[in-house]
Amino acid sequence: MRKIAIYGKGGIGKSTTTQNTVAGLAEAGFNVMVVGCDPKADSTRLLLGGLAQKTVLDTLREEGEDIDLEDVVKPGYGGTRCVESGGPEPGVGCAGRGIITSINLLEQLGAWDEKFKIDYTFYDVLGDVVCGGFAMPMREGKAEEIYIVVSGEMMAMYAANNICKGIQKYAQAGVVRLGGLICNSRKVDNEREMIEELARQLGTKMIHFVPRDNMVQRAEINRKTVIEFEPTHSQADEYRALSKAINENTNFVIPTPLAMEDLETLLIDFGIAN
Amino acid sequence: MLLRHTTKEVKERNALTVNPAKTCQPVGAMYAALGVHGCLPHSHGSQGCCSYHRSALTRHYKEPVMAATSSFTEGSSVFGGQANLMQAIETIFSVYEPEIIAIHSTCLSETIGDDLNQMAIKAREEGKVPLGKFIVQAATPSYVGSHVTGYANMLDAFVKYFPEKTDEKRRQINLLSGWVEPADMRELKRIMKVMKVKSVLLPDTSDVLDTPMTGKFEMYPKGGTTIPEMVSMGDSMQTLGLGEWATEKAAITLDNQCKVPFELTDIPVGIKATDRFIQALAKAGRVSIPEQISEERGRLIDVITDMHQYLYGKRVAVYGDPDNIIPLIEFLVDMDMKPVYIVSGTPGKRFEERMAEILSERVPEAKYKNGPQADIFQIHQWIKDEPVDLLIGNTYGKYIARDENIPFVRMGFPIVDRIGHSYFSTLGYMGGLRIVEKILGALMDKQDATCLEEKFELVM
Repeated sequence: MRKIAIYGKGGIGKSTTTQNTVAGLAEAGFNVMVVGCDPKADSTRLLLGGLAQKTVLDTLREEGEDIDLEDVVKPGYGGTRCVESGGPEPGVGCAGRGIITSINLLEQLGAWDEKFKIDYTFYDVLGDVVCGGFAMPMREGKAEEIYIVVSGEMMAMYAANNICKGIQKYAQAGVVRLGGLICNSRKVDNEREMIEELARQLGTKMIHFVPRDNMVQRAEINRKTVIEFEPTHSQADEYRALSKAINENTNFVIPTPLAMEDLETLLIDFGIAN
Repeated sequence: MLLRHTTKEVKERNALTVNPAKTCQPVGAMYAALGVHGCLPHSHGSQGCCSYHRSALTRHYKEPVMAATSSFTEGSSVFGGQANLMQAIETIFSVYEPEIIAIHSTCLSETIGDDLNQMAIKAREEGKVPLGKFIVQAATPSYVGSHVTGYANMLDAFVKYFPEKTDEKRRQINLLSGWVEPADMRELKRIMKVMKVKSVLLPDTSDVLDTPMTGKFEMYPKGGTTIPEMVSMGDSMQTLGLGEWATEKAAITLDNQCKVPFELTDIPVGIKATDRFIQALAKAGRVSIPEQISEERGRLIDVITDMHQYLYGKRVAVYGDPDNIIPLIEFLVDMDMKPVYIVSGTPGKRFEERMAEILSERVPEAKYKNGPQADIFQIHQWIKDEPVDLLIGNTYGKYIARDENIPFVRMGFPIVDRIGHSYFSTLGYMGGLRIVEKILGALMDKQDATCLEEKFELVM
């Protein structure tokens, strides 16, 4: 089983990209599990066709620790197994601890039991690695490959660089590695070249460039992935290509995060700062 | 009336716990770590946690309990405790020279997401752990489970780290002990000696928390399971876990890592649980049961038979930890007593199942509950509603015993107002005899003190 975590700046399109990629893998016959690690619990909406799912932490709060796996794992598009960690309402409690609790509980319940024959697990993690809780998917025995969703916008690249610092810390004492950058295009000038260069300086590769297309929006309004909603559309092929690239990827590294000045230089060199 | 506000009407509660029948995970982690020779427990959190956990143990065992702390400050809470832990490991090995540092987390370090496993690997890689010295680590957030969970987690940490499987099988068994007193560990070793079963007992707090006064301070007393003993556990014939709450996790780990098959049995309290233990021991060690053990059993049964009239039908309320009170309840039922109220603050589905097995036929009126809201307040409310003849539990029950004028036998953790628990075992048939003695003493003292003059008996 390959265990993958998707990180990236908030609002960059992690959940959308993850679910479309997962749909691509599911379509190709892989058995995939998706663990949403976001208190908003919207990481599996497109695969499930709605936000109907009860989260692990809701279940824990309402029913105590005696939970059955079936209560929290729901079947989604193409036989995917979907879980939402859930978490507190905005402004209260500790979302980071929620992720730790939720993943521990799933392990205890045997969510990764061999009988499920899972080929891929995807952890879709909220925003930046802001605290220890959000690094939970990087701990030993959890995700082994990290992909960072990024765009050519300054803050997205800044966040990607920060996430690399987190990966570097955990990689030094464990097996977690950076698998690559996924560019989710914002139609910024020179975007492809700039992210390729950022990837190079981080010691990795841009694994795929996902162009911007309104079809993603349309599919999302209909609570579907593009692959399910409009399978013949060119954007569906982009996600298929991304899932293929992940499936065939062998380039796993400990990233080398950039200093702030180098990041700024990179932006100037590629003409953003003018 | 110290608890005069307790009412007999029971209201359903969802959040509130009053006088909990449990304590923090790290207390258990510390106790388990003290049962390993030359091991210094280390609390990864703020200083207050460490002080409290040490004093909780000291007050019960009346012995000094050594432990170190990562001494979190506001800064460590924000930036993570790694730097403090690294410094602590260096300092501890150079100043206090333990063989092993057993690190456990606390609520704070768990909540901020400190990954002890990652930190331990880093410390080893950076050469902070001298050759021949070791660190082990266990996650012990107190908002999960209870002190028993912490004990189980630390036991698991030792078993994850030390046992090695070689090609050579050893004619010995592993005895993973649940949370019992130093005297009980000593009794377990005596029974195994009498049975002629070679074994490794983990943990073993005898000669650690019941040391003699010699006039000289020993930072690491002579007792405790040694590193070579723990290493050899990977080659044992079988593992016997005493108490599923405390030992199941470690037993499974040992099976997974070293393919040592395991059997879980109750802590040998009373007749039936000791019978099962002795039989399991005989089977695992491939020995027959010696005369001496049968004689001890006979003596216990003789005393119970002699005193049956004082025990029969007596209503008892019991609170404590599942591994310890399940066999105790069974023992009370075997003596024709009626354990009617039972609570344990330690969660776990199996508790209700076991209670139902033991009580449904013989004491159908029994009320039992475990988990966060199963507290000492609950048992007091039940007692207010319909009284009992005897209360069994840790020191915290003395308020109920006094208010309700109930004979009180102290058993469990902690006992901070009497001595004896760490010196006189309550395990095995001989320990059963001690339990009977204590119960009869309490019941008869009350009878002598309160019965009508014309009913006052010289011979009882």
